[in-house]
Amino acid sequence: CATVVSFKSNCKRNVRGVPLAGHVGFDSMPDQLVNKSVNRGFCFNILCVGETGLGKSTLMDTLFNTKFEGEPTQHNQPGVTLKSYTYELQESNVRLKLTVVNTVGFGDQINKEDSYKSIVEFIDAQFEAYLQEELKIKRTLHSYHDTRIHACLYFIAPTGHSLKSLDLVTMKKLDSKVNIIPIIAKSDAISKSELAKFKIKITSELVSNGVQIYQFPTDDESVAEINSTMNSHLPFAVVGSTEEVKIGNKMVKARQYPWGTVQVENENHCDFVKLREMLIRVNMEDLREQTHTRHYELYRRCKLEEMGFKDTDPDSKPFSLQETYEAKRNEFMGELQKKEEEMRQMFVQRVKEKEAELKEAEKELHEKFDRLKKLHQDEKKKLEEKKKSLDDEVNIFKQKKTAAELLLNQAQQAGGSTTLKRDKERKK
Amino acid sequence: VLDLAAVPDTVVSPAVYGEKTGGPVLDFSYVGIDAILEQMRRKAMKQGFELNIMVVGQSGLGKSTLMNTLFKSKVSRKSVLATAQEKIPKTVEIKSISHDIEEKGVRMKLTVIDTPGFGDQINNENCWQPIMKFINDQYEAYLQEEININRKKRIPDSRVHCCIYFIPPTGHCLRPLDVEFMRRLSKVVNIVPVIAKADTLTLEERDFFKQKIREELRANGIDVYPQKEFDEDAEDRMINEKIREMIPFAVVGSDQEYQVNGRRLLGRKTKWGTIEVENIAHCEFAYLRDLLIRTHMQNIKDITSSIHYEMYRVRRLNENNTTVAHANGVPEHHLTAHEM
Repeated sequence: CATVVSFKSNCKRNVRGVPLAGHVGFDSMPDQLVNKSVNRGFCFNILCVGETGLGKSTLMDTLFNTKFEGEPTQHNQPGVTLKSYTYELQESNVRLKLTVVNTVGFGDQINKEDSYKSIVEFIDAQFEAYLQEELKIKRTLHSYHDTRIHACLYFIAPTGHSLKSLDLVTMKKLDSKVNIIPIIAKSDAISKSELAKFKIKITSELVSNGVQIYQFPTDDESVAEINSTMNSHLPFAVVGSTEEVKIGNKMVKARQYPWGTVQVENENHCDFVKLREMLIRVNMEDLREQTHTRHYELYRRCKLEEMGFKDTDPDSKPFSLQETYEAKRNEFMGELQKKEEEMRQMFVQRVKEKEAELKEAEKELHEKFDRLKKLHQDEKKKLEEKKKSLDDEVNIFKQKKTAAELLLNQAQQAGGSTTLKRDKERKK
Repeated sequence: VLDLAAVPDTVVSPAVYGEKTGGPVLDFSYVGIDAILEQMRRKAMKQGFELNIMVVGQSGLGKSTLMNTLFKSKVSRKSVLATAQEKIPKTVEIKSISHDIEEKGVRMKLTVIDTPGFGDQINNENCWQPIMKFINDQYEAYLQEEININRKKRIPDSRVHCCIYFIPPTGHCLRPLDVEFMRRLSKVVNIVPVIAKADTLTLEERDFFKQKIREELRANGIDVYPQKEFDEDAEDRMINEKIREMIPFAVVGSDQEYQVNGRRLLGRKTKWGTIEVENIAHCEFAYLRDLLIRTHMQNIKDITSSIHYEMYRVRRLNENNTTVAHANGVPEHHLTAHEM
């Protein structure tokens, strides 16, 4: 079949369009491309940001129809950490390596000023890892396990009033790094009328604060309509549940209350179906592409400019990039080593000083001991002398006593014992 | 603080179609992950594809005609530039021309690179050099763009994906020029050798010729497309082995249609019969077309980008390290040799 084509872009590109006289067969290219991707498998990475207890894990379970691992976290985390789990899912012939990253402890601290930092660091770390791989000399980009975050689901607490300042600050810090899809968590806590007002308030706050959330693409006609409709429903009000309840003759995922049952997949009850449609069934590829062509490129550009590269030096570029990157890293390592050396020197110095001090003290103690010992000896000597003199006195006294007794006996024998007695009595 | 717990062995299978207790079969368990295939297809249709084919061979071997036959339109340079009298250039020139073609909504930018003057001189020494240089220049251009800080969303791909080498139908064996060229170029680009104007060989002569060629390629260590060392898995190998047993394809080109048995077919009319180009009993054009376009086009491009280009890039980036090493006094024998 002959195809006559007219290309408006031809004039720009100096390329001509030619009609084909028969079936050539390159219309199989999209299939060839898809087959290659199917063989390779896909990967998709979702980051869930939100306070503890907003149902992040449950929502993931509900979205992907499975029970992912993990216990509900405690509320006493000292800081925000990110836990990531990777799963291999399969549906018909499509293998998906899904990574779900959860923010643990987000919003639990008393001082939340630094909460967003670990999240930004994590996202940057994934970009950095990819950049490193891309800059390697021998690289394997096609088999690289891409860990860059493709979608960030931001869970907004269902207060019904407005965004928290933590939400605004965090989203503002993340909007140039990742595709943000804000969702209202546990939205069965809000009534329909409150919900509409809540959504309007959130959207206006995001706009007035200049937060760029992900817009579903409307440039492709086949999905433009549905995407633009969905854009107007953001943020999605979701409810998650993996428990099933019998409604009529069907088992549906739902949350059962005494006053009624909230059906997860009922579009009148919540926007879960919209979220699943947008996130997975319609725009998964676009989310991956935006991450690579927009967010990653921005990161790469900033990082390289930071290191002092410019595009105006065409001759030395291919090498400078790799080489200077290495050089800068070596420089940094060198500085690190220098600092380490300095610290070690200081430590050695301190140890020496302390040792000297201790030696000094030891010396003093020895001297004191010697002094005391001498004192003690002197005392002892004195005491011995005193004892000797006392002994001498005792001896003299004894001698005197025996001499006196002797005289007494002699006197008695001579006669006049009574007078002596009387004398003695008188003396007493 | 980052805590990674990868569980690669867990294969969680969410899609269990219709295995729920009672009730009609609905898409409860259907997540919709496989919709990504459709998304990819949409994206590919929107972006379109690029293909750059180079044709190399002496003049008069039917290169232009074969291109026109492959793409069922006047894509070769000669058809476009209506200079019937074209002199054979004194040196090998590289001339490329691009076309936008479209089939069933799939758009492709096809670039045909011609190499007039190849093998036409008396002294053909180093006639591969301009071709080698051209191929490397395309790699260089891509590398430069890739290395830019501000780089384009889609780097324009002018890299030669496939080089069709036309072997004259002597029926005996490869000529030294053929061996030299293929030996050197097979290291940097996918080479698809074809026996040109195969309607001058009988089937026996053809088979003998092909066998001879395959032996010579093997003996010289020339790995043509599909290269043995790039087979990805057993399935790949099986398919590619079948192809390797058939190359080089003996082709006949034509852009003229004739009436054969009540049908209009592309062919060459001679006094002794009409050779039907797309009839595999007559020649192997259809195999070539299927390989290049219908089944292995994506693979050809992949090998170019992930193997040939990467090798060029490694050489280039190491080159600088060696020049730096030179400045630092590294001895000569530590440098790697890049032969042209």
